[in-house]
Amino acid sequence: MSTQNQQFDIHHVSLSELRKEESTSIFENVSFGFFVYLMTDLVLFASLFAVYAVLHKNTAGGPAGYQIFNLNTVLVETLLLLTSSFTTGLTILSLKTKTKKNVYINLFITFLLGLSFLVIELNEFSHLVSIGDSWRVSGFLSSFFTLVGTHGLHISIGLIWMIILAYRLHKTGFGRANIRRFTIFSLFWHFLDVIWIFIFTVVYLMGVTRL
Amino acid sequence: MKTNVYQASNHPTGQFKNYLIGYFVSILLTLSSFFIVTNHVLTLNTAVYVISLLAIGQFIIQIVFFLHLFNERSPRYRLLVFLLMLSIVLILVIGSIWIMTNLSSNMSIPKQIQYMNNQGGGF
Amino acid sequence: MIYFASFLIGKLNRNAIPSDLMTLGAAVSIVAGLIFGALIITYLHKWKYLWKEWFTSVDHKKIGIMYIIVSVLMLIRGGVDALMLRGQQATSVGIHHGYLSSYTFAQVFSAHGTIMIFFAAMGMMFGIINLVLPLQIGSRDVAFPFMNLTSFWLFFAGMILVNVSLGIGDFSAAGWLAYPPLSELQYSPTVGVDYWIWSLEIAGIGSLLSGVNFFTTILKTRAPGMTLTKMPMFAWSVLCTTSLIIFAFPILTVTLTLLYLDRTMGMHFFTAGAGGNMMMYVNLIWAWGHPEVYILILPAFGIFSEVVATFSHKRLFGYRTMVGALVSITVLSFTVWLHHFFTMGAGADVNGFFGIMTMVIAIPTGVKIFNWLFTMYKGRIKFSQSMLWFFGFVGLFTVGGVAGVILAVPPADFQLHNSLFLVAHFHTMIVGGVLFGYFAGLSYWFPKIFGYKLNEKLGRLTFYLWFIGFLLAFVPLYILGLLGATRRIDHYSASLGWQPLFIIAGVGVLVIASGVFVMILQHVVSFLNRDSLKDKTGDPWNGKTLEWSIPSPAPFYNFATTPIVHSHDFYWDVKNIIKHEPKEINDILMPKNDSNAPIIGITSVFFGFAMVWHIWWLALVSLFVIVAILLKRFNDENPNYLLSADKIVELEENYLIFRQS
Repeated sequence: MSTQNQQFDIHHVSLSELRKEESTSIFENVSFGFFVYLMTDLVLFASLFAVYAVLHKNTAGGPAGYQIFNLNTVLVETLLLLTSSFTTGLTILSLKTKTKKNVYINLFITFLLGLSFLVIELNEFSHLVSIGDSWRVSGFLSSFFTLVGTHGLHISIGLIWMIILAYRLHKTGFGRANIRRFTIFSLFWHFLDVIWIFIFTVVYLMGVTRL
Repeated sequence: MKTNVYQASNHPTGQFKNYLIGYFVSILLTLSSFFIVTNHVLTLNTAVYVISLLAIGQFIIQIVFFLHLFNERSPRYRLLVFLLMLSIVLILVIGSIWIMTNLSSNMSIPKQIQYMNNQGGGF
Repeated sequence: MIYFASFLIGKLNRNAIPSDLMTLGAAVSIVAGLIFGALIITYLHKWKYLWKEWFTSVDHKKIGIMYIIVSVLMLIRGGVDALMLRGQQATSVGIHHGYLSSYTFAQVFSAHGTIMIFFAAMGMMFGIINLVLPLQIGSRDVAFPFMNLTSFWLFFAGMILVNVSLGIGDFSAAGWLAYPPLSELQYSPTVGVDYWIWSLEIAGIGSLLSGVNFFTTILKTRAPGMTLTKMPMFAWSVLCTTSLIIFAFPILTVTLTLLYLDRTMGMHFFTAGAGGNMMMYVNLIWAWGHPEVYILILPAFGIFSEVVATFSHKRLFGYRTMVGALVSITVLSFTVWLHHFFTMGAGADVNGFFGIMTMVIAIPTGVKIFNWLFTMYKGRIKFSQSMLWFFGFVGLFTVGGVAGVILAVPPADFQLHNSLFLVAHFHTMIVGGVLFGYFAGLSYWFPKIFGYKLNEKLGRLTFYLWFIGFLLAFVPLYILGLLGATRRIDHYSASLGWQPLFIIAGVGVLVIASGVFVMILQHVVSFLNRDSLKDKTGDPWNGKTLEWSIPSPAPFYNFATTPIVHSHDFYWDVKNIIKHEPKEINDILMPKNDSNAPIIGITSVFFGFAMVWHIWWLALVSLFVIVAILLKRFNDENPNYLLSADKIVELEENYLIFRQS
């Protein structure tokens, strides 16, 4: 095996110095790779949905969906998430104006919307636990908490990600690497929106129809 | 490597319009499925079918207007991966539900008692 | 005080150290071996070298070698387990009860299956893919070099966790797939199942990342001109395998997590009461598990396609049908998972559907067998060691496949389910198919990676020992299965008359063990004679794919100039022209070595250990460390360096001088 560190003087290359075609190919690889990762995440959620579909009638003496879901709060959650998805799109568009202020405002609105979604969800969870309907009660509640909770976990990761993005933008400005980071984040956030649509329909709406 | 960036070709204002359309249509779809369920507009069975269709419609809207899946230039690997994922998800979810319903109906206690009785034995 | 202790060390206590001599001895010998190895490295002052040149290297060839070293160690560990199982079954008859307790026996067969699939076979597969794939598609490296190294270290962390269970606590005794309710807390109260869960969870995430990585590498970084239809067969097989990985492994992650939530948080996914459904676990684990076996076998198919064509000096017969067969196997492998639980009670409609799908999947596999045979037809076949593995494979795989079609008939499966016939069937597929394929690949590509060929005589001897040992070990199991012997029995009545067959099977495993020994000997002898076995041309077998167009061992930058591909079997077509073309050499952008990945791996060992023993503070701290390292890595503005054209020219000239010497 040829050794690599000791023989050569290393010329460090920072991301901003990359030649255009190299930078483009990194951009394309990363965004494609991330897209593939999102597809794997979809399979992950699909498995959780399958578990929920199989277990949702197994209430084992505990409450069923229609007894514990409050559709009005869920509608608010849905609208918050849909709007945040839209503002993520605006964030991406505002990157082109090359004005940091525009980006910060859009990102901040997205962050607030995501945060309020998460607060409402946690509130719902803690309410359920406090009235004794925790995940220990039945197969239905286990799968409900796990499916919705996994989505919530993704949302929290997205929130942390937004903070990091803001920091990156503050520090290094509108380089190609940062544009890439923002684009990938927006994919992630839209994707969470898509998952939520199905949670909204399958878990909550169908849950109250008692089917 | 070809540049194959999502927003590479579109004009910014056109994109804004896209996001806006996607946003309003998805709000509309959400609200309609919500009202179908809360106001009991349809019978339960129909309601489930309709809201499923609305969810699928919303899914397509999100993919087209937010995830821009169809803006990709050839070779359309993203679309390929997406379709592969979709088929596997459908196989997994529908297959699991089919198998598990079949299993629970066959393995339920009444069914087994019936089987035992048919065999001429007790339970 | 007690609360504080349980906060600090979770469920850990003095009883965690194994009390029976067998396990303790194994643990002590592994620890002693590790200390001995560490002392040797310290004595030779090689730690710095290892850290700088190997542990932190993002070079896919070095990562591949590390994968293979780990997987061979695990093959030996799993092989020792197999010897113990066979020894027990050969001696535990009638009034004799062998040397293993039932519980230890259950732990050993669980460990054997887990280790062989996840750490021997998967490791070797990723090793070979790493070594060969980027070279074969004319790429400088994989799409995400840092992620590649991280995957390796996660795989390594999972491996460490399995082996830690020998010395601290115990391992799962619930079989290699840990079916509930046996694997639930009520029936497996020790940490064994948790070790199983977390070693697979961590290694599984590594595999998933590798899957995404190689999938992207193939689709995005091929040499210009290499369209998908001009891609070598091995690359095609890896494309199919990785697409199976990225769609199957998330299911495994979910299933394991749900089982862990059941055991830890008191949830009711797979419990016997409170609305759990244990059949759902079996359903989910096989929805991953069936694609998993195709994940393992498809690269072996790819390897054989390269080996057979090269050593028959002919183009591969039916390239398009080969690709079609691969793709249809990929899709079909997601539609057959129920055949693992025909007997669980589904109706005739469900069982019938999945039985038929299982038989259908045999068709594309048959197409591939025939294509390989037609490739050899009228070819000038060279009976090299790689080719011998192929001959062994064709025979065994066909027999094993036919046994599989028998098992695919639901009524037959009701008789054969959980019998040794089944065990013999899947060992025929995994040893005779997967392992033989990987061994063929290792001997075929060895010169490309190390610069010298492997000793042929010892290679052939290895094959014969493996082949004969395999027949001795598994033909008796087919017969025993038909006689009614079930799998996983640690004791049986003498009146059954099974003992002679079990003894023959035990002898077979000993013959295989001698095969492993000769294989190691082969590597030692070849290393000592590396000067006479040296591969000066870089193309020792008259290969047809791009990896043979560069020097052996492959330089760390892979290709001095990126090749432009015009046809399938491109290198055959241009072999005589390409050497004389003057090359225009540019600077190359290379990824720097990365010390973050091994640290992530080591931290995940702590994370997994903490999750196993419920040491929540340690779990949080290690998770925090992992996230912090990742953030540091993603904020690194200088992950690359530039290799100057002058250096490359110099290295390439050195190589030309070496060739003419």
